Amino acid sequence: MMERKNTGYGLLIDYEYCTGCHTCEIACAQEYKWPAGMSGMKVVESIQELPNDKAYLAYIPCPTELCVLCAGRTRKGQKPACVQNCMAACMKYGQVEELAKEINKPRMVLWVPR
Amino acid sequence: MDKKRKIVQTTAWSAGAGCHGGCGVLAHIEDGKLVKIEGDPDHPWNQGRLCARCLAMTQYVYHPDRLKRPLKRVGERGENKWQEISWEEAFDFIESKLNKIRDEYGAESVIFSMGTGRDIGAWICMLAYAYGSPNVMFALSGLACYSPRIAAVTTVQGDYCIMDASQWLPERYEDPRYKKPECIVIWGYNIPSSCPDNVFGHWIIDLMKKGTKIICIDPRLSWFASRAEHWLRLRPGTDGALAMGFLHVIISEGLYDRKFVEDWTNAPHLIRCDTGKLLKANEIDARQSADNYVVWDLASDQPVVWDTELVEYKAIGVRSVLSGNYEVLLADGTKVICQTVWDAFCQQVNEYPLDRVEEITLVPAKDIKEAALLYAKSNPAAIHWGEPIDMTPAITPTTQAIADLWAITGNLDIPGGNVISRYAFDAVAYALPGAKGTIKLKSKEIDKKRIGVDKYGPIGKFIWRAHTDLVIDQIFSEDPYPIKGMWLQTTNPLAGIGMDPIKWRDALKKLDFVAVVDLFMTPTAQMADIVLPATSFLEKDSIRSWWIPLQTINKVLDVEECKSDAEINFELAKRLDPDFKYNTLHEVFDDILKPSGMTFKELQEKGWAFPPEGHPSTPYRRFERGLLRPDKKPGFQTPSGKFELYSTLREQWDLEPIAHYEEPPFTPVSRPDLAEEYPLILCTGRRSAAFFISEHRNIPWLRALDPDPLVEIHPKTARRLGIGHGEWVWVENWFGKCKLKAKVTLEVPEWMVMAAHGWWFPEEEASEPSLYGTFRSNINTLIPMNSVGKDGLGSPIKHMLCKVHKVKGDEV
Repeated sequence: MMERKNTGYGLLIDYEYCTGCHTCEIACAQEYKWPAGMSGMKVVESIQELPNDKAYLAYIPCPTELCVLCAGRTRKGQKPACVQNCMAACMKYGQVEELAKEINKPRMVLWVPR
Repeated sequence: MDKKRKIVQTTAWSAGAGCHGGCGVLAHIEDGKLVKIEGDPDHPWNQGRLCARCLAMTQYVYHPDRLKRPLKRVGERGENKWQEISWEEAFDFIESKLNKIRDEYGAESVIFSMGTGRDIGAWICMLAYAYGSPNVMFALSGLACYSPRIAAVTTVQGDYCIMDASQWLPERYEDPRYKKPECIVIWGYNIPSSCPDNVFGHWIIDLMKKGTKIICIDPRLSWFASRAEHWLRLRPGTDGALAMGFLHVIISEGLYDRKFVEDWTNAPHLIRCDTGKLLKANEIDARQSADNYVVWDLASDQPVVWDTELVEYKAIGVRSVLSGNYEVLLADGTKVICQTVWDAFCQQVNEYPLDRVEEITLVPAKDIKEAALLYAKSNPAAIHWGEPIDMTPAITPTTQAIADLWAITGNLDIPGGNVISRYAFDAVAYALPGAKGTIKLKSKEIDKKRIGVDKYGPIGKFIWRAHTDLVIDQIFSEDPYPIKGMWLQTTNPLAGIGMDPIKWRDALKKLDFVAVVDLFMTPTAQMADIVLPATSFLEKDSIRSWWIPLQTINKVLDVEECKSDAEINFELAKRLDPDFKYNTLHEVFDDILKPSGMTFKELQEKGWAFPPEGHPSTPYRRFERGLLRPDKKPGFQTPSGKFELYSTLREQWDLEPIAHYEEPPFTPVSRPDLAEEYPLILCTGRRSAAFFISEHRNIPWLRALDPDPLVEIHPKTARRLGIGHGEWVWVENWFGKCKLKAKVTLEVPEWMVMAAHGWWFPEEEASEPSLYGTFRSNINTLIPMNSVGKDGLGSPIKHMLCKVHKVKGDEV
């Protein structure tokens, strides 16, 4: 396999709206026929205790070492599998510089996978 | 590349994703095989999105354990000894068994049992009714999922309604008729993988992004709870008290829609103070009908009759009073003091000052007030509710209280409120026995044998099912008639929705004949004499009208010899009913679709269709426009023609007509004696993103997401009990115990645990006593049958009591 260059592309995720539905993980597993337990995405649950008996439950979709940003799909003009099917529509694929300009609210994360 | 690939559009509903469906999907097919599935970006329902369960369809469709051909039992029940037979042999066998029972005991002696509302209701009715049995059953105690809410809402407003997320409009959020809710009350509903009540759960996320605020009512720190303006962490089962508290705030602050209350509810109708019952027109004038009601008219200062047939007053220029006591002269010459429904309703509401509601619900009064004010001041505001409303014996009074909220705030059938939901184009597949609809019982006479029909008012009037708890008891008692057979289709009660599953196993073993239709072997199928292989949604043609749009499900592939539920039941209906009038299944589809003016083929070409503006199945404000009642008069399809704050039907059924709170049967409040030994509140049924009820434990991608049956325990409670995260624990009460894995988490309060449901282990030994290990981790072993509400509905599934202790080394 050829060494993958840094393509300058990434995933912008508005994790305020990620509901932990795991769609991205299975969409990726389907696309690349990964065996169970392997995927280019991993949704991490975070429960942070807050003052006054409150807490915040967040799910954060993280690209894994298996993420290739769906090079095959994006070449054909399609969205990456995770972005296409995301139930909360909280993921966006694009050029990192363009995505960075779209960080206009709290609770967002811009990933540049492997 | 991709030359051989074809992409076929269809609708996801039932086996496969398992959910209540509606999503448009694109199935990628190569050489007749599914290679990929994705959401259909052009579909107005899901707009290209798709959940994990649907995306795992390639593993589901071609799973090595799929049932491929009919299986006939050759050993004892539970021995897992089977012989493959042909469909012809299977149909012959079933036909002879069912004919024998019908000849000896009558058709009602066979129960036709189904699971939750997927693409099965029509087809199981088609078979049962062709055979002649009225006993179609939903296998959950107290039918405690959705149909109780539908019945309760229909009781007071004549039609059901759901949160408006613009799903009725092809252009969705962009349609100029639509207005987004300023606030949505999320009442006992959590989002992962949960698309109940025929809404796509993530529509709420769409609306939140557009600015809709959330009020979350949930004992768990749910996703919504974290993001809500107000999170009301109530004690499970006290929803009714909380709703009464909301009403208290709204009425005492004068925030109700007075015009809606006066014009469209039965608030002005008079109640006799001596009997506490509605004053009927024949009581003031013997020539008048007992179906008519009476108001006090301010204009003439005398009583005036509200004619329920004409849906108007029997006088001109009536100004009915909303409040006050009036002396009415009766036809027999006596006088009686009457009050208005509104006053009686307000008196009931006044029983729930916020300090009392705080004591019952554990929610601080200040939070209740702020939340109620936000709901009442938002215009429009919607309520979206979940299963906890059904899963309590006082489901109907609780539902009344919540329905009263959307009614008196004027949020009913308006854009962005709670909108009346009807089958698209009124294309009704199955109807109440004897009523209109393609699939129905041959006569109302047959319905008299339906179990529970004479005992429980709503079962007789609104729910076309046999009463589950009574059926299981009748299997043992054989009184008033014996039950000899059960047909189970799309259901797995031993692992899924059967409360007290050991009782279910024993009941099934007592029967002469048990047939199961499913896609995989299950603990329930192990009790069968014959098991038939069904299809997933990708392998069948069918239709969906629940609610809008009207959709076809299109067959895109074949798997082995599997047949769809509809095909199986069609074949048997033809064999069992000499008068069965259809030659092909597509003729049945065409008949059901007739009100839409389309045939199955025509609809299939469109994929989906929305009813036009002005059609009774499309909003808004239909009660004003005469679109709800068959006589086309303004009003509702209730006995009074109004939204009923005081239920005329509940009065007839000798049940409390006005919303109120009832403490559930097994709580620290109602049973402090039990709470001493079992101090934790046991809540069950929280959703998993990976599974639908008892399904999907055998799908590798999905199981990896959620590998073990979990019980959520608060860190402080776990520390006190010496339980560590990931350790196996016993959850136990006086009914039974089960083994679950502790998830130590802040999601639950210290006084409650939340247990996962629907667990069995397809990878474990199939034969008894193991039955795929289902009784080991089945939380339903801690929940009884027969604790239903006064009207037969609801069951205490979300608020039992328990204790939790660590599994000892030798028990692991």
